[in-house]
Formats: sequence, C-alpha cells, structure tokens
Amino acid sequence: MTTATQTLPTAPGTTAKKPAGGGRLRALRRNRLALTGGIIAAVFVLAALFAPLIAPYDPAQPDFGNVLAEPSWAHWLGTDDLGRDQLSRIVYGARASMQVGLVAVVLAFVIGVPLGLLAGYYGRLTDSAVSRLTDTMLAFPFLVLAVGLAAILGPSLTNATIAIGISQIPAVIRITRAETLRLKHVDYVGAAIVNGGGDGTVLFRHILPNATSALIVQATVGIPAAIIGEALLSFLGLGVQPPAPSLGVMLSGAQSFLAPAPWLAVFPGLAIVAATLAFNLLGDGLRDVLDPRGGTR
Amino acid sequence: MTKYLLTRLRQSLITLFLVSIVVFAGIRALPGDPALALAGEERSPEALAAIREAYGLNDNIVVQYGRFIGHALTGDLGTSSRTGLPVADAIGQALPVTLELAALSLLLAVVLGIGAGVVAAVRRGRPEEWIANVIALIGLSIPTFWLGIVLVLGFAIAIPVFAASGYVPFGTDPVDNLRRMVLPAIVLGSGLAAVVMRQTRAAMLDSLSADYVRTARAKGLSKRSVIGGHALRNSLVTVVTVLGLQLGHLISGAVVTEQIFVLPGFGKLTIDAVFTRDYATLQAVVLCTSAAYILINLLVDVVYSVIDPRIRLGGAR
Repeated sequence: MTTATQTLPTAPGTTAKKPAGGGRLRALRRNRLALTGGIIAAVFVLAALFAPLIAPYDPAQPDFGNVLAEPSWAHWLGTDDLGRDQLSRIVYGARASMQVGLVAVVLAFVIGVPLGLLAGYYGRLTDSAVSRLTDTMLAFPFLVLAVGLAAILGPSLTNATIAIGISQIPAVIRITRAETLRLKHVDYVGAAIVNGGGDGTVLFRHILPNATSALIVQATVGIPAAIIGEALLSFLGLGVQPPAPSLGVMLSGAQSFLAPAPWLAVFPGLAIVAATLAFNLLGDGLRDVLDPRGGTR
Repeated sequence: MTKYLLTRLRQSLITLFLVSIVVFAGIRALPGDPALALAGEERSPEALAAIREAYGLNDNIVVQYGRFIGHALTGDLGTSSRTGLPVADAIGQALPVTLELAALSLLLAVVLGIGAGVVAAVRRGRPEEWIANVIALIGLSIPTFWLGIVLVLGFAIAIPVFAASGYVPFGTDPVDNLRRMVLPAIVLGSGLAAVVMRQTRAAMLDSLSADYVRTARAKGLSKRSVIGGHALRNSLVTVVTVLGLQLGHLISGAVVTEQIFVLPGFGKLTIDAVFTRDYATLQAVVLCTSAAYILINLLVDVVYSVIDPRIRLGGAR
C-alpha cells in the first residue's frame, strides 16, 4: 500500500531511470532508519522515566577530590568541575528534555488544534481572526518570545516549557486549518452535514480523526524542536536553573573548561544530537507511512 | 500586482500594530509597578514618582500607548536603565555586527545549500545524494550552540586558526574581522544550509521530471543549460520562501551565536537586557526585531510574487 503510493509521483516523470524497485529499496532503507530512530527515542524515553534507577551516581553530589576527571571505568563520561558524574547528569538532563518535549507539544496541541479546526471549518471572520493571531505569534521569533517571557515571569523550566509550547502553536494551527479545509470538502463530511450532523459532531467525529496522521507527524517534528529549545534556553540561562541537571546547563558550564576538559562539552551535545536525530528519523518514517502526500521532503 | 501588494501591506501593518500592543502590554504585565521596573536600582519614592511623571505612567493607558508609538516612530526608543544612554544608540552600535553575521551566514547557506541540493537532485540514487542527505540531516540535528562549542574546541583551541571571541569592525581590520567572523558564520549558516539543501533537492526533483524540462532536453539544450536555466530557476521560488520562513531561526540563532562568540550584536544586547532587567532596552529590541521580521517577510512575499506570477494572481482574487 505504502510502496504503491510512493512510486506514484515519479511515474509520470521522464527522469525515472530506475524501475519502481529503486523506490521500494529506498523506502526500506528509510524505514530501517526510522526503526533505528524509534529505538534510540525509546531509549531516551526509558532513561527519562527510570532516571533514578539508571544513573550510577546522584547527579547533584559533588566530589571535590575528583574534579574534571577524564572518562574512566568509575565515571564512564568523566566528572565536571565539581566532581559530579557526567553520565548521571546526562540521564537526568534527558529527563528534563523529554519532559519539556512532551509538555510543550501537548500545550501547543491543546491550544492550536481547536483554533485550527474553527478557522478551517467556519472560515470568513473566524479564519481572518485566527490567521491574524497566528501572524502576530509568528512575528515573534521563538527566542524573542522566550526572552520576553523569561523577563516577565522569571527564568525557569516551567516558563521555558510555556515559551516553547507557545512558539509551536502557529504551526499546529496552520496544519489543523489546512487539514480541516481539505476534509471539509470530502464527500463523507458533506454526507455527515447533509445527514444533519451538528458542527461539533462533524468536527470531532469526522474531521479531527482524519487529521490525526498530519498531527502525529507534526508532533514528531515538535518534540525534537522542543528538546533543542529547552537545551538552548537553559544554555542561555533562561531555562533550567543550575544546579539542576539539564543538557543545556551542562554545555553552558562546559564552556569555561573547554581546554582542560573537552569531554564536558562533547557528551551532553552528543546526547542532544542523538535525541533530536532519533525523533527526526522517526518522524520522517512516520510521515512516509502516514502521510504519503508529504512525499520525501 | 498592486492589489496583491496592498493586501499584503495591510496585513503586515495589522500584524505590526498587534505586535506593538503585545510589546507595550508586556512591560505593563510585569508583576508590580512598571515604574519599579523602569527605575532599575534607583528605588526611592521620589525617584519612582519622578519616573511616573517622566514616563507619563499616571496617564490613561491609551494615551500612554499613543505616546509609546509616537516616540518609537520618531526614533526615540527610550533610555537604557543600565547605561543611562539612549537605547537607539545601543541598537545603532549593535546592528552592524548582527547584520554582518547574518549576511555572511546567508551567503554560506545559499551557496552551500543550493549547490548541494542541485548535486543531490541531479545525482539521484548515487553516493553523492546519500552523502548530501546525511550531512543535511546531521546539520539539522546539531543544535547551533553545540556546533559553536565544538568548532571553538577544534579551530580555536586545538588548531588555533580562528579567534573564538570578540569583534573587530571590518573597517578597522578586515582580516582580523573575518578571522573572528568565520566560525560564527559557519555556526549560524549551517542549519540554514541544511534546510536550503533539502528544499532545493525536493524542488529540483519536481522540476527535473516536469514537461518543460523534457522539452528543453528534447530540443537539444546542453545539460548545464537544462539544469541551470530551467530546472534550478523554477526551484528558486521554493528556496526564497524557505529563506523567508527560516528568518525566525536566523534571528534566534544570531542571539545564541553572539552569546557563544561574545559578539556585541543585537542578540547579546537582548540577553544582557534580560539579565540586567533593562526593560526599556528589552522593549525596544523586541519591537525592532519583530518589526524587521514582519518587514522582511513582506519583502520575501514581494520577491516571491515577482518570481512566480501565479502568487499575485491568486492573491488578487
């Protein structure tokens, strides 16, 4: 089913030098990547859930006799300037990342989906109002928004999560709106309206369930974006406040010890890259399976 | 065409108006007395009363908003509570740094992104495409700030070719200026290059299988002319749009990059304003950034409609 839809776009082309088998091979490779991404993402989720069981040390426990230690059997990823175990801090940092990733995306969906549904379904004035709102939100680059919130509410993990969630609302609105516009003109929705289905029934029983694929794909884009967002804000001092462990806080601290202890900068960064790469791969794979119209973009 | 531009202009002005209200309301949403925030360290009752008088905080809120906009339009962005100097001056000093950084990054992103995108599309299914795709995916997944740290580690500490921090104006010493700007430009431009590459590749693949490209091939045009003159030219619409959409990331990225490389630009001004609770500066910086963002987006739409006539026709309905 999926391979059939995937080979379709190239069929009318003249440059399709390879037979359809090439497309299938590519799909296979892509799915294997998606599988790898899914496994790494699952590892992160598990690490976040069971951080206290996995972390070999207390992430906040200083050991002043063992500062800036190189990676060793006792401390796999070395220790920082206060002698705290890097691996344990990364595990707990992943917990903060995942927490922000999930909560921010849920926040964006809870606000964005209803607005997108309303704008797409009712059109006219509602659509204009929602579109202007979206434009206004988009007029604030993410970091400017986060900076403003941090200035007003004070820097913290919660406020960083709120800022990240708000920054993702416009994308959710636009995607939901586009899906609603498309589905509004589909025959079975028309039939539901003719059957006397109320607006609520049509929106939540017929349109929303059919927009799920696009929304799931958006979520897999939103989670890695939120993970990077959290690390970024914490790095700038606008998110998680030290001494609480966060990958961004760790990187920020590592800047002062780049020459004597480069591993402090390398491992937290690798963790962020692994997490975002994993979710991006998973998202690409899901998009291929769930949303064939999305193509290979 | 004119009608389309007027519609877009009207939308932009409405957005700008809403943004100014949000920015204006933002500083009044601060917990406590805005005079207290504007006062900074000076908190005696007399000073607060003077500030209330000076900023007209006793006036009607609509009057206050009108004055805020009136001042902003005439270039009076208030006085920094940290330095006591006009905010407009601070912005004037920071702007060239950020503009140079942005220009260098854009150049890098466009040259690398379009080049790699074209190669990936033309050499489809070959190792070149795979390599370009993998590099792009990595470029998208590496956060700016980590890339910055890694590059400093590699090219300023391990092999000290470039400088890791500080800024020297281009006019003072072009070589030293570039030595300090290369790493920041790579940091800021790499993510953008990855996005441009992916979009160029996708657009080129679409174009290459289109009828007009087949026609161009059939009439015996050289491969170079088909790819450069026909396929790439039509793919540029997408690239321009993507660049417009990525502006927000560029602005956010500039803030981080300036912070890592200690460049005295717009981003550093913003972050410093947050940590020193310099609300006048913060308000002005946020307003300017958003206004610039809206204007550039408008500009992108105009360029877009010039390249692709279908847009303005669609918009004029």
